[in-house]
Formats: sequence, structure tokens, C-alpha cells
Amino acid sequence: MPGKLKAKIVAGRHLPVMDRASDLTDAFVEVKFGNTTFKTDVCPKSLNPQWNSEWFKFEVDDEDLQDEPLQVTVLDHDTYSANDAIGKVYIDIDPLLCNEAASVISGWFPIYDTIHGIRGEINVLVKVELFNDLNRFRQSSCGVKFFCTTSIPRCYRAAMVHGFVEELVVNEDPEYQWIDRIRTPRASNEARQRLISLMSGELQRKIGLKVLEMGGNAVVGYLQCFDLEGESGLVVRAIGTACTLDKLSSGSAPNTATHTHPNTAPASNACNSPSKDGKEPVFGEDLLSSSGPPTPFRALPTSSSSPPPLSPSKPCSRQSSSSDTDLSLTPKTGMGSGGSAGKEAGPLKTLLRQQTQTALEQREFPFFTLTSFPPGFLVHVGGVVSARSVKLLDRIHNPDEPETRDAWWEEIRQEIKSHAKALGCHAVVGYSESTSICEEVCILSASGTAAILNPRYMREGCLDIGIVDHRFEDPSPPSCGFCHIPYDELNMPFPTQLTYCYHCRRQKVPDVLFTTIDLPPEAAVTGKGCLIQARLCRLKKKAQGEVNATAISNLLPFMEYELHTQLMNKLKLRSMNALFGLRIQISIGENMLLGLASATGVYLTALPAPGGIQIAGKTPGDLSNEHHILTIQKRINDTIAKNKEIYQINPPELTEEVVGSPIPEPRQRSRLFRSHSESSDEVSELDLSHGKKDAFVLEIDDTDAVEDIHSLLTDATIPTGFNSCNTEIMPGIYNWTSAVQMFTSVRVFRLSNANLTNQGLNKIFTDLCENLLKSFYFKLRSMIPCCLCHLNFTVAVPEEELIQVAVTAVAMTYDKDQTQEKPAEKPITKGCIETEEQLQFPMELCADSSSTNTQLSSKISGSLTHFFFFLSALSSLERSSPVPDGRSRSLRSTRGFGGSSVTVVKMTPLSFLPGTRIIKYLGIINMFFIRETTSLREEGGVSGFLHSFIAEVFAMVRAHVAALGGNAVVSYSMKECVFMENPNKNQAQCLINVSGDAVICVRETDQEPVPSNIGQTCTSETDGAT
Amino acid sequence: MAMELDVFVGNTTIMDEEVYQLWLDGYTVSDAVKVRMEGGVMEECEASADVLLSDTMDQYRTFQMCERLLYSPAKLANQLLFQIPPHRQAILIERYYAFDDAFVREVLGKKLSKGTKKDLDDISAKTNVTLKSCRRQFDNFKRVFKVVEELKGPLVENIRQHFLLSDKLARDYAAIVFFANNRFETGKRKLQYLTFQDFAFCAGQLINNWTVGAVGEQIPTDHQRSFRFYMDVDLDKEFLQELKELKILITDKDLLDQHKSLVCTALRGKTKAFNEMEANFKNLSRGLVNIAAKLTNTKDVRDFFIDLVEKFIEPCRSDRWTAADMKLYLTHYTNSAHILDTFKHQVVWDRYMGVIKSCIFKMFHD
Repeated sequence: MPGKLKAKIVAGRHLPVMDRASDLTDAFVEVKFGNTTFKTDVCPKSLNPQWNSEWFKFEVDDEDLQDEPLQVTVLDHDTYSANDAIGKVYIDIDPLLCNEAASVISGWFPIYDTIHGIRGEINVLVKVELFNDLNRFRQSSCGVKFFCTTSIPRCYRAAMVHGFVEELVVNEDPEYQWIDRIRTPRASNEARQRLISLMSGELQRKIGLKVLEMGGNAVVGYLQCFDLEGESGLVVRAIGTACTLDKLSSGSAPNTATHTHPNTAPASNACNSPSKDGKEPVFGEDLLSSSGPPTPFRALPTSSSSPPPLSPSKPCSRQSSSSDTDLSLTPKTGMGSGGSAGKEAGPLKTLLRQQTQTALEQREFPFFTLTSFPPGFLVHVGGVVSARSVKLLDRIHNPDEPETRDAWWEEIRQEIKSHAKALGCHAVVGYSESTSICEEVCILSASGTAAILNPRYMREGCLDIGIVDHRFEDPSPPSCGFCHIPYDELNMPFPTQLTYCYHCRRQKVPDVLFTTIDLPPEAAVTGKGCLIQARLCRLKKKAQGEVNATAISNLLPFMEYELHTQLMNKLKLRSMNALFGLRIQISIGENMLLGLASATGVYLTALPAPGGIQIAGKTPGDLSNEHHILTIQKRINDTIAKNKEIYQINPPELTEEVVGSPIPEPRQRSRLFRSHSESSDEVSELDLSHGKKDAFVLEIDDTDAVEDIHSLLTDATIPTGFNSCNTEIMPGIYNWTSAVQMFTSVRVFRLSNANLTNQGLNKIFTDLCENLLKSFYFKLRSMIPCCLCHLNFTVAVPEEELIQVAVTAVAMTYDKDQTQEKPAEKPITKGCIETEEQLQFPMELCADSSSTNTQLSSKISGSLTHFFFFLSALSSLERSSPVPDGRSRSLRSTRGFGGSSVTVVKMTPLSFLPGTRIIKYLGIINMFFIRETTSLREEGGVSGFLHSFIAEVFAMVRAHVAALGGNAVVSYSMKECVFMENPNKNQAQCLINVSGDAVICVRETDQEPVPSNIGQTCTSETDGAT
Repeated sequence: MAMELDVFVGNTTIMDEEVYQLWLDGYTVSDAVKVRMEGGVMEECEASADVLLSDTMDQYRTFQMCERLLYSPAKLANQLLFQIPPHRQAILIERYYAFDDAFVREVLGKKLSKGTKKDLDDISAKTNVTLKSCRRQFDNFKRVFKVVEELKGPLVENIRQHFLLSDKLARDYAAIVFFANNRFETGKRKLQYLTFQDFAFCAGQLINNWTVGAVGEQIPTDHQRSFRFYMDVDLDKEFLQELKELKILITDKDLLDQHKSLVCTALRGKTKAFNEMEANFKNLSRGLVNIAAKLTNTKDVRDFFIDLVEKFIEPCRSDRWTAADMKLYLTHYTNSAHILDTFKHQVVWDRYMGVIKSCIFKMFHD
């Protein structure tokens, strides 16, 4: 019984008129927690009642404190009939249970009614007194901090990353219980809201327990989802990454320590041989000599057997026996539970793995929901791994034993794990799970990025990674390590073309890299990035049960393949070679499947330049056809050229002279590799594929292909002054100013034509997405120059013939002048963190790459490299918080909200707000609302209804954050937006689930944010320019 | 593409001032889209008509949702539904309460009742202001009127505080309220040449000098205030009574002659219109003093402006006075009364003539 919850009802304002006769309201309040209820006095005849109640005290278990919300109900007293409810406020107590978060909840909350929306506001004060309870068998996990942010929160340092935590709870959906037939919609909605609130609380508590068991104190990248399975129940599930976080003392900027050691590339820990002698000299030599005349490459004499790793910190040497591909899309079994779109798990055991992978290996699922990492964490990136499975839902018989659902996810995770192994990786980062449900069919999806991590983080007692690394390891190019392949080139899991890294020249990189993570801050990028989307619709016959599930399973691989091809084409068309933040969503409807892949394309300097796109005709000799092809080819080439200009992709290495001397001088290389025992095997045998530039040939053999090419070319260009990406920040833009505008947009399109073809559908779907983007650009034109970041598209097929697209993103302004000068010269300067040593890299880069460049023109036809891969070595540096500059003025003006009593609360899907520093995390915001109307027309139709609902949701989030004492929400996301309408009955219903981290942030300039050595290097530029 | 549903909601409410104006002006969505297309906003951002339509709809919805808050602008600052930066709130309010001079001219001095509201379609047709906009403006007048009607204290200040309007707009509303309350006739043909701003100026003069509040300002003691109802929506009844005393200026033959000779002495040689002034003096003086004496009748208060025009401005104009002549004449006419030793009502005279002078200057268009 270790907790006392106290609540006080202060006042209300702007209440609705409940008594028509007097135009007033006799309001009172019920405060309920668990089964205890208190009431205030009635405040007669007032729309702005002052209750000023006593403190209502609830003595409760901390378990209940975690599970239950405080429920505040405002009612209108009626002497003769039943009291009318005005509305409710649910207050999540959780932030008060952790002493580092909020200490009191106090403020105005919108009074919410599921039928009428917001009806006035109520001022409530809530406190908690917790008694210490050291019971080992406790069921509560108070004190474990939760973060939605998918990186180490800004004012913490990761002492240890424990790994994956997951949990799910199931229940019957109140909407589908028998009682629902006799109760009012309001009662039903409230039952649902309350149940979900309870379930989320329970889920969080259970995950917290797991974290405590693992020895952690926090969950980062907490992702909670609802599956509304209809008749068969309601599933609330969550995944996250358990960590031990240390709070940084308030005086030091969060990233200070890491920034001062930019050279501590974790890549070096992992990839370099224990003997570090000679390494730096060679490096220098390489730099100088590489500009010499290149000679043809021959295989080097180095042994291809990799020496046994000597230290556990060398996870790179590994082999995978698998030649299986990540996307071998054949679903294994035809039955309802088949449909997994990944490779077979069986034969893929990575038997030959030589290394004992310390802590990671023992873990059941070495998964991490993080998308950006503490310095030194990520070593190499292998590629995107994903798995899907089609399931038939049945009623959950015993909510306390949700075994089926657990087993389903277990199966998928196993598959992901084995895919990662096939890529020579021992971990999966940027991991996420999702579902799409239609009637009784459900697609479970999981995806992530296979990676090699530095195990240091997984062990105890290695708190100061940055410093340790710096001392014990050699510096290695921090900006390219993550691109290096983690798998064995002799045994590549999929066909790809390897080249030597264009940055360090020492290790192999693939021609294209796909990942689900954010661009590592230290990565060298040429030009700017942009949002790339692949969109696809596939019709399917209406069916029931297993037949339906099988049909869907059969379609999935083709969809993934096509989405992937589209992504690849679009990437090439933009002359880019890597995708970050890749998210592929497949949604099922009764008669169609929708696929949407979004990612941010960039040109990684370390990877080879992408070849162009070749058009080939199937029927040579046909003159008119050939002419046609030529025209298309020209258009494609023009587009590529134009895109290079738009995205400022001018890799310095593209000099003409070197063409024809395909391979850099081998001698230097051998030396390089000697110093680098671990990678010695990489040198051999690669010469053949090496000289060839990837060629991308599109064959025009049927109308489909024509259509594809057409759609490829008709993607609208971004208006000048805009950029867009779906990652945290835009590669190539570094100087954010402080204006942010978070927005949510929802569109539903009704397919009018009954007999649509796949192509017709594709066109409609593509237009829908493109038009949305165009709309954003138009609406936000006053913010130019600006970037739409974290564009998160969610598609659904709410009913037959309806396509719904919901987008949440943030528009951020930046300083135009600076971007233009910066990226070209200094690709690495993301957070302005270079030391002198690093400043050499760009030069080296130029020299080197000119010598390799070569192979631009050769082509291999038919090589659609449609696999996800990546390599990466993560090195150092967490991203620095946005560069400080002179934008304090605007920030100040937004803050000084004058005489108003309403705190300005900024919201953003990103983990930071430009120009500000987060000084405190107040707790997680996780809210679920239902809104229903029976007077749709009167509320402005479906658009009016949803518009006000979304505005209300924002308002409630802001109010809760303000009541916790915060002024911003970071990592905000709208995870669910389920909209149903019945215009004939004048009814509509919508469910929205949002989450984020409530924070207090201050202007960055309030405290000196940057360590001094940074000032000497590139910050000075920024400062000077402001 | 015809959308079943299409919404865009920003955490900070996005509002385009141009669209807001179109909405206020009562344009339908499709008309607004047309206007915007003609305005060239499409080229600005490579937008299509669809984009423009969708944007316009979003904004119209936002404005409709905000409208209820704008009824009591103070709410806008502490509501939670829309996050609007303060300077934007000020713009929203100011624009919402702005009105068309053409429209206000039509309803100025009319009773803000349902009856008048029914005539709005005629006014709309006449002024070319859309009916929707007419309704909004009319409702604004009525709303402001209702709130300040019963309030004590200075009218302009009350309006500014309750509706968070700029000083200029608050003064205009004060004029509208004042005219509506006293039902001044402004619609007669002879008054058509006067603009709203002319009337607003006069209203300001009347409010500042002839109401109880005006006295309150001059003698701001609590004692005073508690005695006399501190309001400036109504004319000061006592003052109006006192104005009757001025009649002596025209009824007393000696006084009238004396006054005339004083004025004529002062004016001689200073203006080309001297002869007309001399010839008309008695007529003009009778006109002005009679207006003063009759102001105790509500009916005559209503005709105040028409009387000024008929009894003074028109005769002068037909004699081709210039504005300078007018100024000269009225200055000496007012000042000379002080020299009349049998005339005891100097204070009332100044309070009366001060306002009359300024009003006539404003109303006398060359």
C-alpha cells in the first residue's frame, strides 16, 4: 500500500450551458481512482465555477498507480432528473511516480466528451506521495523512465544498453461486448477509453518490471500499439529498448563529452586489429599517394581466411553460410499462418560465426528500437531485414494467457533474427513492429536494420565509452565505417557489387545501402537528401477466412518486390545511393492491398556513384519503338541531371581523366589492409565485379513497364525552398532556425469507379500522396526556406473503396545562406564537430575517389539489386543538438506569450527542437481518444468532424504537457487514426492514439552549449554568419 | 481529385490573412478559390486548383471554428483548442471586428434590432457588401452594443478592454454604439454626402464633451462619480436642460444686436464673404441656438445632424463661404459671446459651441 494520491479540484471555466432556462450550469465534479470516488460541492449557476475543493486522498498500491488513470468527471446537478455529464478528464499519474520527472500536475485540462468534444476546462492539482517499498516480489515498476524518443534522450547518457523488451496484453473490446447493444454510445466509448488507458498502464508496468529484472532503469524507443481486432478482441502491445541511463549534470550540455572526442570511432574498435602500430602512418600515406596514377587491380596475396579474433570487441569477422536472400519472398506455407515474407529460418543458422558475441549472443532477441545511437554503438550496417506474416484472428479465449499473439510475434522475431544473421550481423537496430487488420485477417510485420554493434555498451562498467575509445583505439574514418559490409564478400547473402569505400579506401562497401535508421550524424553526405516514396495498389478478390489469407500471402512478395524496384528506380533517378528511415507499410482492405514505402534518399560519399538508368526494348529492330525508347532515355537522363542540381549532388570525384583506369593502385591497398588484419580477406577476388558500375536496366516489354517509367518520371519535383525527408533531420541541412510547425493531415479518397485496374489504382494512390505533399508545400510556403522532417505517412483501407492517408510531420525553417556553403566542402560537419585531423578527410576523399572513378559506364543488364543492405559502422558522436545561432529572438517572442494564461507548447515528431536544449524529461504522453457524432452534417461533415477532433487532440496533449510543467512534446506521433463513417445515418466515429515525450526545453543560448574546441573549428563559421 | 475527407491541422493554427479576408468578406469557398487564383498565388508555389481548394476549405473550417471564440475575444487568449500566437490573435480580432464604411453608413444611427437585420439584404444589394459580411458586421455592432450599453466608465475604454480592439477601431465602435443608442438620423438625403468618419469624429466630440462621462473625466472625484451615473453612452441630461438658457441670445433683441455687432467688427475686412455673414447673422445665430434649446427632446436629438446641415451649413454653402470663412466666423461668434456682459452662461456656451464648432468644421466639405 505504498502510495497516497492527492487531488484537488480548483475551478472550471468556459463550461457549456446545461440549463437552457437560466443559460447557466450547476456544476460539480467527481474524482475517481480505482473504486474510490469523491465529489465536490455543487457550484450553482455558473459557467466559471470555483470549487476550490479540499484535497481528495486516495491510498493505493503503487501497482494501481501505474495502471489506473485518475478520472475527473464534471457533471451538471439536476434536482429532479439524473445529473448530466458534461465531460471527463483522464489524468495519467505515471509521470509523478518517477522522481526525475514531474513532481506535480497542475493546470487547466480540456473537459472532453466523446460525443460533444471539448466542453470547457477544469483546473486540477494532483500530487503523489510514494513510500519506499523494497519488496522483491513487487508487481510495480515505479521509477522506470519511459521515452518514445528513439535515441538516447538528450540530457542523459547511456551507461548501458540492455536490449529488447516487449510485452502484450489482450482484452475483449467493450465495443463488441453484448452490453454494447443496450448502452449509449457515450458509455461504450468511455468504457473503451478507460480500458485502453488501463491496459496501457498495465503494459507499461509489466515492461518496467522486465527492465528492472535486466538491471536497467529506463526504456528508450518505447513503441506502443493497439490492434483493434474487432470481435476477437483488443491487443495492446509494446516494444522498447531497455537501458541504464545516467542523468547528465544540469550544467553540461548533453553531447559535450561525445563531441570532444570526435575521433573515437567505434568502427575502429570493431574493425581494427589489436595491433595498432603503423596504422596512422599508412593512413597518411594513403592520403598522399592515392592521387598517383592508378593501375589495374589484381587480387592481393593476402590470405582470405580471417584470423581468429582476439578480442571480444571485434564482432566484424564473421561469415554467413547463407546465400539466401533477404527478400526471397516466397511465403513458406500457404495456409493462413503462412505468408511470411522473409527467408527461411532453418538453414540459416550462422554456424560459422567464430566469435562469441558477448552479451548480445545470449540475448533472445538482440533487437533495438533505437534509430540513432550513442557514439561508438553502431559499427556496421548490413541491410534492412523484414518479415511479414498473415494470420487469421480468432477470439482470444483467455485474456490472461495471450499465448497465441505472443507466439505469432515470437515467430516473426525469430525470422528477423535469422535474416540478420544471414547478413553477417548479430543485431537489429531501428526495429519496429506493426499490424494491419481487415476483418479476420491480420498482417503482422516487423522490420529493422541488421547491424553489428559494439558490445561494450552491453557490458557492465563501461560507462565512458567515448573516452575509453579515444584512449585505446585508433582513430579511423568515422564517417564511413558504418557503410562497410559486415558480411563476407565471398558469401554474400545477395548479389551486390562491392567497391572499396570511397572514403577510406580500405574496406568494401556495397553499391546501394538501405536502412531503417537515421543517418548517423558523422556520415559524410554529398548534397542534400530527399523523401523517396514507392506506392503500390493491388486488387484482390474478396474472400473469407483462409482463402483470403492465402490470397494475401501470395500477393505480399510481389508487392514487396515492386515497392523495392520502385524505390531503387527513384533512388537512381535522384542520383543517390542510400536510403535511411525506410518504412514499408502494407495495408489490407477487403478488395485491395496498399503498399507504401517511404525513406530518405541520400548520396553517401563513401559509396560509389549510382549508375544511370538504362532503358532497353524487348523488340530490337522496331524503329518507332527504338525511337520511343530513345526519347524516354533522354528524359530519364535529363531528370537525373536536373535532380543532381536540385539536390546539389556534385561528388568531387567525377573527373574525366580517370575513366578507364578502373581500379586504384593496388599497392597502397595492400598496405592498408595489412594494417588492418581483420579485413584482409576482403581484398581478394573482388576485382571482377569491382570494375563494373552498377547498371540499372529497365526493360520495356509491356505496358506495365511503360507505366512504371511514366510514373517514375512524373513524380512532382519539390518547389524551390522546400526539402523533405522522413528521418529526424535532413541530410545536408545543418543550420536550423527555431520556427517549427508540426501538423497532421488526413485524406480519404473514395474510389468511384467500380472496375478499376491495378494501374488505375496505382495512379490514384500516387496522386493522393503527391497531392498531399503539394498541399503541404503550399500551406507552409510562408516558412521557406524550410524542410518537412519526419514525414510519416500511414495508409489504410477503412472500408471497401476508401483509401485513407494520414500524415504527421514537422516543418522547420533553416538559414539558407549557410547551407549553401557548408555541405559541399565539409560533408562531415554535421554537428560541427571536427577536429583538425578529421578535416583532412574531405581532401582525402576527393583525391581518392578521383582515382577510382572509373567504372561509370559499364553496365550489367538485368541486375535489379533489389535487396536491402547496408553496412555501417557507426562511429562516434551522437548528433549534436542543433547549431546555436541568432534565432533567439523569435524563440523569445513565442515564449513571452504576454498576458495569456496558456503556455505555448511546441510539438514535434523529432527528438529535439531546433535552437533549444531539453533540460528535463517529464514523462511519456500516451493518450487515446474516441470521438463520435450523430450529427455529422451539423458538425461540418466528415472533414469538419475530423478537423475539430484532431485540433482537440492537440489541445489535450498540450494541456497535459503544460500541467506537467512542460513546454514541448518531442518524438510526438499519431500512432492510430481509425476513422469510420456512416453518412446515411449522419454518424461518424474516430479513434486517435498519440504519444510523445513531455519535456522542458530552454533556448540553447541560455547556457553555453558547445565545448570550446568546437568553437575553434566550425562553429565559428556558423556564429559568424548569424 | 474529389476527396471524401481532407483536413490539415497544425499545432500552431495556420491562417492565411488573405483567405481570412475573403472569408470575412463573405466569399463562398469556390469564389474565394477564384479570387486567389487570379491573385497569382498559384505561381508562387506551383500549386494546382485542387491544392488551392483544399487549402481554402481547411482555412474556412478553421475560421468557422474560431468564430465562436471571436464573439468574446478575451476567450481567444485563454482557450486551449487553438494555439495562436498573440500577434495573430490580435489580427484575427481586429479584422473580424473591422467593417465596411459603406455598410456602416447605412446602419449608423439605426436601432440594432431584428427589424434592421431583416433589411440587411437590401443594404447588401445597395452597398455591394455580401449578405454574409453584412450579417457579421451587424452582429458585431449589436454584440458590442449589448456589452457596453450597461457598463459604467468611459465608452472607448470599455470597448477596447472587452473586445481587445485597437484604439482607432474602439473609437469607431464607440461612435457606432453612441449613434445607435441616441438614434441620430444619418440616412436623410441631405446627409448623404457625409462619410462615416465625419460622423465618427462628431460622435467623438459629443462623447467627450456632452455626456456624463465627459464631466466625470473633467472632475474625476469619487464623490462626483457616486453622485452622477458615470456613463457616456447617453448625453448629459442636466447639460441639455442648461442649454435652454442659451435662448436668451436670440430672444433678447439687445443681446442679439450686440452680439452681431461684435462679430461683424471682428470680421470686417477679413473675408470676402463678409456681406453675406452680416446679412445672415441673425438667421444663423437663431439656427444654432434653437438647435441647442431643443436638444431636451429626444426627437430633436435625433435630428441634430440634419439640423446642423439645414440651419447652418446649407445657408453658408449657398453663400459660397470657404472653410476658412466658416472657421473665422464660428471662432468670433463663439468668442464674442463672452464679451456680452448680460450673458451669464459662459460655461454652457463654451461646452456647446466647442462641439458645434468642431462638428461643423468636419461636416463642411468644400
